[in-house]
Amino acid sequence: MAQYAILIYAHDSAHGPDQVPEEVEPCDQHADELTRGGSLVMAYALTPRDMATSIRADAITDGPFIESKEIVAGFYVIEAPDLDAAIAIARTNPVVRDGGGVEIRPVAGGGFVDRGEPGTRAGG
Amino acid sequence: MTPVEAALAGAHRREWARVLAATVRVARDLDLAEECVQDAYASAMTAWGTSGVPDNPAAWLTTAAKRRAIDAIRRDAALRSRLPLLVVEQEEDEAREDPEDHGMGQLSQAVPDERLRLIFLCCHPALGQDAQVALTLRLVCGLPVPDIARAFLVTEPTMAARITRAKKKIATTRIPYRIPSPGELPERLRGVLAVIHLLFTTGHTAPSGGSLVRTDLVERSMHLARMLCELMPDDTEARGLLALLIVTDARRATRAGADGRLLRLKDQDRSRWDRSALAGAEAMIVGCLRAGPPGRYVLQAAIASLYADAPAYEETDWPQIVALYDKLLEVWPSPVVALNRAVPLAMVAGPETALAEVERLEGDPRLSGYQYLPAIKADLLSRLGRTSAAAEAYRRAFALAANEAERAFLAEQLAIAE
Repeated sequence: MAQYAILIYAHDSAHGPDQVPEEVEPCDQHADELTRGGSLVMAYALTPRDMATSIRADAITDGPFIESKEIVAGFYVIEAPDLDAAIAIARTNPVVRDGGGVEIRPVAGGGFVDRGEPGTRAGG
Repeated sequence: MTPVEAALAGAHRREWARVLAATVRVARDLDLAEECVQDAYASAMTAWGTSGVPDNPAAWLTTAAKRRAIDAIRRDAALRSRLPLLVVEQEEDEAREDPEDHGMGQLSQAVPDERLRLIFLCCHPALGQDAQVALTLRLVCGLPVPDIARAFLVTEPTMAARITRAKKKIATTRIPYRIPSPGELPERLRGVLAVIHLLFTTGHTAPSGGSLVRTDLVERSMHLARMLCELMPDDTEARGLLALLIVTDARRATRAGADGRLLRLKDQDRSRWDRSALAGAEAMIVGCLRAGPPGRYVLQAAIASLYADAPAYEETDWPQIVALYDKLLEVWPSPVVALNRAVPLAMVAGPETALAEVERLEGDPRLSGYQYLPAIKADLLSRLGRTSAAAEAYRRAFALAANEAERAFLAEQLAIAE
């Protein structure tokens, strides 16, 4: 088994401060599916591009780091035996059929930092 | 060449993929497997010289290469524990396959054909097509890196780096050494067929450089197409691709004149076409068409075969060719197909209609740098007597063409039009 990070690319994230439940429902449903399937390790939804702040050298700018049609709207880590299995899981993301896409990146290392507080560790 | 050298050269050409594919499974590392197979071929030179060429050279070589791999694994266990190893599917017959259990030469029955795994590995969609092509030539065909570099007109270090990068991606991202599941197979097979087709077209119409046909690439691609048909006998698209390559190659001798200049289909000497190859391909195509709704390659083969079938260019069955192009556009809606359809369309409906179609396609950005669009347009314009517009189109085609034989042809047409 190996861990793969999946970056969700979309025009924008649906998870804004004024989000409507219907808009984020497909994402939540998909996360539930992956959780039930046992492949999901962790997942984060990000707020929309308007909330992004970027820093390059000593300049601070409003907006995503790279100005482009799509931004990273969220990311999650799955566990899969090989790349084909990871592709099979990743392509079920609803964003793939909704004008966006996903990028699969094998995880090289990392994880949660144990800060000795309850509730901050990844599932034990 | 001594008999042993000849046997070895033959075994390299015919058996490389089989030997490497089986060794990869044991080595779980592409570089190690390649090294072991190369060593096995080198040791065969001495061994076969002493004790004669074995009945089954592939089995001998596979056993020798696998032994080397197993030795290397034992020797470098500590090093390997830090390397990402190839993901290999565990199979029930694994134990039976252990070469330690066999005597030399009795292996042929026990070695399942691993070549398909190797082909699907090399043509994995997570690798860029450049890398897929290079890996296939290196690992499946056993072509040395300098030869691959030459075929694609890049320097040897560039090609070596491309292959190394692809191998690293396979290991790091865990692209599995496995035949795709039935659900994935059609999509994955399309990728394999595209690589073989690209190899053939690269060899057949070298995109740049002096000679029109790079024979080696053509032969390698036809060898791959045959291998794929042998390994997937029920697949009509694989068979369709092989038929397409055979039909195209059967006309190889007449594509250029004695002076190396390109000849149009209508100016080619049909008596020099390889009729027996054409007949064989036609039988394959008929079989494929009977087997069910034809895919892209079967239809392309059928079109090429119908062109070749006519006793003279003028006697070509144009309406049937247009009908096949219509079917082809349904399964493969490519602007290049639509453009090629304009050629027989001109014969059925007149150059005016065909020209309107070509002009419609001119707006398609996917064809903007495509040299054959102005070339076809120029031909239609000159048939309509619009010589200055034809010359203009020939000039544009000339500017886009990189192959010298094609440039010479276009320059000649331009001179006529002017």
